[in-house]
Amino acid sequence: MLRIQEHPILRFQKGRPVRFYFDGKELEGYEGEPIAAALHAAGVKVLRESARFYRPRGFYCAIGNCSSCLMIVDGEPNVRVCTEKLREGVRVQTQRGKGDLRQIKAGEGN
Amino acid sequence: MKQTGIAVIGGGPAGLSAALEAARLGARVTLIDSEDRPGGQLVKQTHKFFGSRKQQAGVRGIDIAARLAREAVSLPGLEVWSRATVLGYYDDRVLAVERGGEFVKLRAERAIVATGASEKVLAFPNNDLPGVYGAGAVQTLMNLHGVKPGKNVLMVGAGNIGLIVSYQLRQAGVNVKAIVEAAPRIGGYLVHAAKVRRAGIRIYTGHTVKRAYGRDGVEGAVIWRLDRNWEPVPGTEKDFEVDVICLAVGLSPLADLLWQAGCRMRYIPELGGHVPERGRDLETSIPGLYVAGDVAGVEEASSAMVEGRLAGLMAAAGLGYAPADLVAVKEELHNQLAALRSGPTGVKIRQGLAQLGEPYNAN
Repeated sequence: MLRIQEHPILRFQKGRPVRFYFDGKELEGYEGEPIAAALHAAGVKVLRESARFYRPRGFYCAIGNCSSCLMIVDGEPNVRVCTEKLREGVRVQTQRGKGDLRQIKAGEGN
Repeated sequence: MKQTGIAVIGGGPAGLSAALEAARLGARVTLIDSEDRPGGQLVKQTHKFFGSRKQQAGVRGIDIAARLAREAVSLPGLEVWSRATVLGYYDDRVLAVERGGEFVKLRAERAIVATGASEKVLAFPNNDLPGVYGAGAVQTLMNLHGVKPGKNVLMVGAGNIGLIVSYQLRQAGVNVKAIVEAAPRIGGYLVHAAKVRRAGIRIYTGHTVKRAYGRDGVEGAVIWRLDRNWEPVPGTEKDFEVDVICLAVGLSPLADLLWQAGCRMRYIPELGGHVPERGRDLETSIPGLYVAGDVAGVEEASSAMVEGRLAGLMAAAGLGYAPADLVAVKEELHNQLAALRSGPTGVKIRQGLAQLGEPYNAN
């Protein structure tokens, strides 16, 4: 369990529990937390595959600076999930290679 | 096109202090920040600050952030734009801003760039594996969102950030297997090092990471010793089974906006990388464009807050909102900065600023 249950200094105020989808699989997280945090708590560390050598990538900076965590969110590629907030029913997908903007037009991506 | 007196870019300790100082003096200020509410990286600093009372010593970063942010949203004349990113600064003093998915132009008579810094990376095989995280990222995940980065951590870097985050990992119930520091001695304050040692965490000075291994994420790390010439010594390898490698190897100024604006920049490693030339009162080579905080050279949040006040004061004064005792206030702030940078912990900063040259070369 990666969620902190007790902390000597901090109290965590979480949004309501919501369901979302990671590569089609149903997961649970808290509304308003970063998608990356919800995925991490659910044990998902690989967020995308690098464009040239197809290596697994996770987040690195967690504050929207480094772009290591780009994923496809509701069909939109190149979303920084370390700052993108979790919403009920959001569909998150592993991004392979460079994001393809035509996916949005086609309304693809789940 | 929207208009303002002073645009402050970045709502961390430097930007918040700048915006508050200028608005208290009567200037019209717009504070532009990318997050839901201002506070910057203070929002995850659970440790108590050092310095004197003027710099809020003894208060936790999270509480300083809350106090400054509360005042910022209640002060008339200060407008906070949250969830907004400045995309460019142009010759006619116009800022291009993305705000809530909209493109907005903002004309500002003065601008203060307080965009902070980003985390450096260390080069070693497999440093791109998931599980290799910046120390700030680990703080964000755990102190802001209540999620542990993993079960077993190897911390790289025994400066203040490495030591503090190791201790915070322990507070969150995460096992820190060891701290690795390439330098022959611990860089951070001894009070932090003592805390970490009391918690039973071993610090390997004169060691660095040889490689990480794992398939879809970190499964372990190998470290080895460095000799006096910083060359690794074969045969001294130690293997740690960890699922997280936390890099606390320094920060570099987040200066993209200054480059784009055309500020004269200099490479000064002691200040974290490329930094803007600026006068003693923090005006860059572009008249009317000021800097404050880590973007001007990586230091502590305490000095960032004083620099923010100085930049806010000078920008406001330039628009006719100078206090009657401007010179005295200004000198008091310079004195505070000198005090924060005095002593052995300020050596690097003093060397870096000396390279910029008195009075720091701009204009």
